[in-house]
Amino acid sequence: MSSYTFIWLSILAIGAGTFLLRFTFLQLAGRVVLPHAVTRALRFLPAAVLNAIILPAILRTGQGTLYFGLDNPRLIAGALAALVAWTTRSVIATLVAGMGSLWVLQAMF
Amino acid sequence: MSETSAKKRQDWIAGMRVMLPLLPGAVPFGMITGAVTADAQFTALQGIGQSIIVFAGAAQLASTQLIADAAPLAVVILTGLVINLRFAMYGTSLGPHFGSLSTGKHALIAYLMTDQAYALSITRYMSDAEMTPMAKFRYYMGGAAAMWFVWTAATAAGYFLGNKVPASWSLDFFVPLSFLALIVPNIRDRATATAALAGGGTAVAAWSLPFNIGLFAAALCGIAAGYAVEVAAGRRATRSEGER
Repeated sequence: MSSYTFIWLSILAIGAGTFLLRFTFLQLAGRVVLPHAVTRALRFLPAAVLNAIILPAILRTGQGTLYFGLDNPRLIAGALAALVAWTTRSVIATLVAGMGSLWVLQAMF
Repeated sequence: MSETSAKKRQDWIAGMRVMLPLLPGAVPFGMITGAVTADAQFTALQGIGQSIIVFAGAAQLASTQLIADAAPLAVVILTGLVINLRFAMYGTSLGPHFGSLSTGKHALIAYLMTDQAYALSITRYMSDAEMTPMAKFRYYMGGAAAMWFVWTAATAAGYFLGNKVPASWSLDFFVPLSFLALIVPNIRDRATATAALAGGGTAVAAWSLPFNIGLFAAALCGIAAGYAVEVAAGRRATRSEGER
């Protein structure tokens, strides 16, 4: 198989499979009445999954590893942003606090 | 009462506005994804076609790297799909909000599903019980379509130019910050807070696992922890009622 065909096959197969993953469950959960236990469990998905994206992204270093030290500018900036998000509930304030402090800290270190 | 076109436009714009801070993060990521396809000998049509057909950054990047490393086709495809398993969870979570909509609209929602579109829509739906399914659809589409344009443009630019965004700008940091701003107001009780902590903790502990498995594990652990706390609180409440 030429690499040209190989690439198209991979794109089409991943594209079709990904669409089915996205579509099947959306459709099922929309058309069928979900059991009460499932609905109750799903209430926790946004908090669990978003925090699972947030935390590693805040602890990550430039080398792609996680680092908990207080000399990790992303950790400081992220903690500050979390505090601002908690107290102000404002998206703009959270972004300004987080990006602002990260840029300042990166310029300092 | 039919909804006015001004109201409809407002829903679209509201979704787009919430997506706005999530767009800068997609630019360097998209440019890298595009640049890697060029390095892996994709034609321009394949590089751009991948973004349009797959439309899932992490899976695109990982599968392209495997192609460059001459991995077997089955490995390339399976890797891409395993990374995208999380969309099954997002679909299950979003489905009940769109139940009454047509299959065509479901297909559109599914095609445009991303971490970002899920995050901004579900957090809004959780805090606004008044929204109609059509308003939810328009809000989702406003945000998701904006992401589609930025992602496609960024990967195309990356294919031809390489990644032109300096790492020191840290544009990727917009993603966790925006997600923080979206989720914090929705953590209203101890059970949800436990779910958030367990999800974050699991993701950090499982960071070295490949294929986004950590994210999937984090979702399951977070849900289990939140559920357990809620059930325990319910039992305590029933018991103290019995004592009265």
